[in-house]
Amino acid sequence: MYPKLFDTFSAPLASVKPSRRSLVLGALASGLVLSVGFRWQSSAQAQEAAKPHPFNPYISIAADGKITIYSSQFEMGQGAYFGIATLVNEELDADWAQINVVGGFGDVAAFGNLAWGGAAQGTGGSTSMTSSWERYRTAGAALRMMLAEAASKAWGVPVSEVSTARGIVSHPSGKTATYAELVTAASALLVPATVPLKPRTAWTQIGKAGLKRYDSRMKTDGSAQFTIDVKLPGMATAVIIHPPKFGATVASFDASKAKDVKGFVDAVQISRGVAVVAENMWSALKARDLVSVAWIEDKAEQRNSADILVAYETQSKAAPLAVARNDGDAAGALAAAGKVLEASFSFPYLAHAALEPLNAVASMTDGTLEIWGGHQMPDLYQYIGSQIAGTTPDKVKLHVMKTGGGFGRRAVFDADVVAEAVETAKALAWSRPVKVQWTRENDMRGGRYRPAYVHAMKAGLDKDGKIIAWSNHIVGQSIMSGTLFEGMAVKNGVDFTSVEGAANVPYDIPNVAVGLSTMQAGVPVLWWRAVGSTHTAYAVETFLDEVAEAAGKDPVALRLELLDKHPRHMAALKLAAEKAGWDKPAAEGRFRGVAVAESFGSVVAQIAEISIPSPGQIKVERVVCAVDCGTAINPDQVAAQMEGGIGFGLSSILGEEITLTAGAVDQGNYDSYTPLRIEQMPKVEVHIVPSEGPPTGAGEPGVPPAGPALANAVYQATRKRIRTLPFSKGFTA
Amino acid sequence: MIKVNINGQDREVDAEPDMPLLWAIRDVLNLTGTKFGCGLAQCGACTVHLDGQPIRSCQTAIGDVGAGRITTIEGVSGKVAETVQAVWTELDVPQCGYCQSGQIMSAVALLEQNRKPQDSDIDEALSGNLCRCATYARIRSAVHEAARRLEA
Ligand code: FES
Ligand code: FES
Repeated sequence: MYPKLFDTFSAPLASVKPSRRSLVLGALASGLVLSVGFRWQSSAQAQEAAKPHPFNPYISIAADGKITIYSSQFEMGQGAYFGIATLVNEELDADWAQINVVGGFGDVAAFGNLAWGGAAQGTGGSTSMTSSWERYRTAGAALRMMLAEAASKAWGVPVSEVSTARGIVSHPSGKTATYAELVTAASALLVPATVPLKPRTAWTQIGKAGLKRYDSRMKTDGSAQFTIDVKLPGMATAVIIHPPKFGATVASFDASKAKDVKGFVDAVQISRGVAVVAENMWSALKARDLVSVAWIEDKAEQRNSADILVAYETQSKAAPLAVARNDGDAAGALAAAGKVLEASFSFPYLAHAALEPLNAVASMTDGTLEIWGGHQMPDLYQYIGSQIAGTTPDKVKLHVMKTGGGFGRRAVFDADVVAEAVETAKALAWSRPVKVQWTRENDMRGGRYRPAYVHAMKAGLDKDGKIIAWSNHIVGQSIMSGTLFEGMAVKNGVDFTSVEGAANVPYDIPNVAVGLSTMQAGVPVLWWRAVGSTHTAYAVETFLDEVAEAAGKDPVALRLELLDKHPRHMAALKLAAEKAGWDKPAAEGRFRGVAVAESFGSVVAQIAEISIPSPGQIKVERVVCAVDCGTAINPDQVAAQMEGGIGFGLSSILGEEITLTAGAVDQGNYDSYTPLRIEQMPKVEVHIVPSEGPPTGAGEPGVPPAGPALANAVYQATRKRIRTLPFSKGFTA
Repeated sequence: MIKVNINGQDREVDAEPDMPLLWAIRDVLNLTGTKFGCGLAQCGACTVHLDGQPIRSCQTAIGDVGAGRITTIEGVSGKVAETVQAVWTELDVPQCGYCQSGQIMSAVALLEQNRKPQDSDIDEALSGNLCRCATYARIRSAVHEAARRLEA
């Protein structure tokens, strides 16, 4: 929708070549004193009594002792803010009660995601802790050094004699000072040129399961603020009428009947539809029902999703359009194999369906545009906002709100609902702040789905039952093509997000061919928690179970045999098997399945245990999970992400599906698109593989193994292989 | 003006009677702890108490509340509510937190009526509350733990 913006925005991105070292503490590493605020402040804010001292781009301390950490990473429930606060406070020794975390933006040198070379700020790919690991510990350690130095100077004692704990500097003589008391003196000091970090053995917070999230209380008493809760003086609320089919545009609209609705303000055309503006949500909803829109549909996607999948299946039988991996000679080995297994898998479009429907608030005051929202890619949204408003990015202030679930949906290249809010406010001549609030139906039908895919798989076994060939042809839309990340993610016709988890299949098989056919469809697609591995892990891990059966081998034993060169996979699998009691038969009426998958640098093995309460019904009783995510910064949050990831994974496999009829999305709400509910949630046990490696992903890697572990258990119970997802469609008794 | 009793206070609400209680609470009374998730009685994010019973405020018109006493997450109180909120915090139940006001309102209503809920009671009482972050395992543990503490 904004291709020109992409070009303009991506050009400077491409030229930024930061090195890891130079990014640490940004400009401060040069020894300059940074005594000015680095971020935009309104005059009202500047007058606040407790003016914070920014010590570096990451931390400021106010005179009342309140510590604000500016997070480069976006909080959508996965605990990124808590993780970053843990890294800071491991070194800073502050009192947790004084710590708050807010979203930083507008400083790519400070906030660029280091897992992406630092070129852009953004959250995705479960990289938050990887990117933050050294950066935020260093920020905390540098500030602690400055506070200690300020105290040593004030007391005339060597800095080596002072110590810090819980926000207080103390000296054996009995002298103490709070961090707040030392703020002014400390902020006048030079930032230390070298900042040593604590050795692992001295950690008191990283890796401690007992450390609790600082933000749980505000999420139990209704005080946590989300974008939907933003209320500004004079603010109007807008509901959007989107095209009924992807790619359709507004021909004309008639809002004359809406004028009778009390509280109706205006209806304005924006680039993706019509915004119906009113004094509050209810008036906007009522008015919306009275606005009629005529659409131009000749460029719209008109197909049924079933037809799209049929086209994919046809292509899956042809030669792949691109090669993702080619070891040995898979075709030759298959032709010579004693036994060949074949299977075809079909995966539907999936919606993120986060509980907070998308929203954003835009307000222009004195030439400054402020945007409240779930800014998962802040620099980009700031830039797009400035383009719509006809101003420069420095005149755009973002308020990075926590979001009611993300799962990938808040990171979009055209800024989506953020752009809609700015466009609507602009169409009202900036006369008042505007909140655009999507309904559930807007959200469900708004596109950006996990793409639908078909996998055609073949495996060849020799006469001894040893697997000698593996072939996997993946057919579906590309997420990355045509986006800012295309150059990074698409190579030789292969979008790595289409094949991740398949092209890097870890099993020791001499002949492996993984091919990709990227298809065109008018359905907007996007990353969806765990991205490619949401389908590749299912195809790979259930098909490997078929191989194990054909070879007459235990599925855990066969995997261990083939994972000889992958010690992390082996360790996770062994741990899960041990904790699940795999060596003993399952209890009466229980059936088990196993899967292991690597994604986002972490390895997760899961064993699902199910029962069949009545024919055709599946109850997931228990999932035992083992995860190697490097150093587990917050072990209890790693567990929480595994629990949630397993629920999310099972949810999609059991009963989620977006379908289109003649181009229109059939599902609109949670009655027809059905995420997991509490009665479907199994017991979950999470075991963390001890590791001293740097942290890898946790937000997504719990998702991929859940579905195939379940499917493999279902096979044990029913002798049915489910290859058409979700189960609600592909599992018939 | 419509008169309602909310969180123990009599309030006048400037709204048309067909406005769902959800939007009256959020947009007119500025109590934002009660959330919008579906508008169709499918997600439970909007759960409040009407005379102690959990209801979906997106499906109740403000004009139909009458003399009923409404309690929202901001006003829920008493031993059960305090215990539930404390346990929820201690077990770090919330992830994004968006569904949790509704979860807690449903859990409090359950425990007010049933001090020893079985798993099946929890399923029944909380089945209408979606959590897209799938915090269900911790929700279940938290309800049991709250029941245990209330018993003690
Ligand atoms: S908003 Fe009322 S049940 Fe979802
Ligand atoms: S905690 Fe995110 S929806 Fe429940």
